[in-house]
Amino acid sequence: MSEPAVDWPNQLYDCLRAHEVTIFGHVPDAGHKVLINRAYADPAAQSIGLTIESEGIGLLAGAHLGGQRAVLAMQSSGVGNCINLLSLIQIAQFPFVALVSMRGDFGEQNAWQYPMGQATEATLQAMNVRCYWVHQPDDVVPTVTAAVNAAYAANQATAVLLSQKLIGAKPF
Amino acid sequence: MEQASPRVLDRKHAVPKIIGDPNDFLIISGLAGTGKDVGHLSQEAGIQFLMTGAMGAACMTGFGLALAQPERRVLVVTGDAELLMGVGALATIGAEQPSNLAIVCVDNGHNGETGYQPSHTNKGVDLEMIARGAGIQITRTVSTEDQLDDASRAIREGNGPAFIWARVNTDPPPVYKRNLDAVECKLLFRRRLLGQ
Repeated sequence: MSEPAVDWPNQLYDCLRAHEVTIFGHVPDAGHKVLINRAYADPAAQSIGLTIESEGIGLLAGAHLGGQRAVLAMQSSGVGNCINLLSLIQIAQFPFVALVSMRGDFGEQNAWQYPMGQATEATLQAMNVRCYWVHQPDDVVPTVTAAVNAAYAANQATAVLLSQKLIGAKPF
Repeated sequence: MEQASPRVLDRKHAVPKIIGDPNDFLIISGLAGTGKDVGHLSQEAGIQFLMTGAMGAACMTGFGLALAQPERRVLVVTGDAELLMGVGALATIGAEQPSNLAIVCVDNGHNGETGYQPSHTNKGVDLEMIARGAGIQITRTVSTEDQLDDASRAIREGNGPAFIWARVNTDPPPVYKRNLDAVECKLLFRRRLLGQ
């Protein structure tokens, strides 16, 4: 992947920090490389590697109970791992922000990624998570801002879907 | 495999003895029996959030809370099957070493809520060994009365995450009617902790 003309990965991190997000739960994905590394390097943030994406649900709920803001960064395949635990978010109206780097999407060359990638949005919507697609670098910051505001001002569950038009499709 | 000692402790006695004063902790419980254990002990008058679903989320919810409240002691009280459904959380907690988090796993060797089917720990699974393997260094297996006070101290030590494997018999949890309005429970938790 070449460097994007608009440095959206760094803008995305700066945007989240400007909105007082301090805890970054993640299962690593190439699309979240900058976010994960910047959180590790940031003394005011906590970058928490997870063994499975569903761990992020409790992490975000617990952080909110404790008065801090957390986000969950994962690949679209991880959304499927979260389904039942999103009950916790819905039943208690916890604010929730997921950053989902898409696979099985535009230009995907690995057939194994298509089943969950194509089901990602429907799965999230079925669990009452509002989905915001981003296809263009210029739209990253406004979209993440909208998601963060919906979550922390209005107790909504949100997911920002970073499409493969934005992050590119790796060759297979 | 070595046969574990018989389960003689009654949870209605053992869990309150281990927890002691619930106001020493911010408490997260798992679903089913441990929600009743904690609810009955605290009468939900402290700072606690009791699950009634979301099986497998208790340890990570406690961990998120421990990260957000480093000056407070956080206690997760959950069952063996609930813990095993999210067992990777022990590895995440072991990797991060939150010094203010303790987990008490109340293990009756059965899925009590669904008809007392024998659970994995009834067939040789050793949760203390799993916790130690995950990197949690303060661990205890509690099977007898004389081990309860030490466990109660261990969850208060604060020099690393602690894990207590409390092996109890199949006597039922205390009868307690929980507040099932999760939104209200969340708001009460935050109001009591944060004044918000």
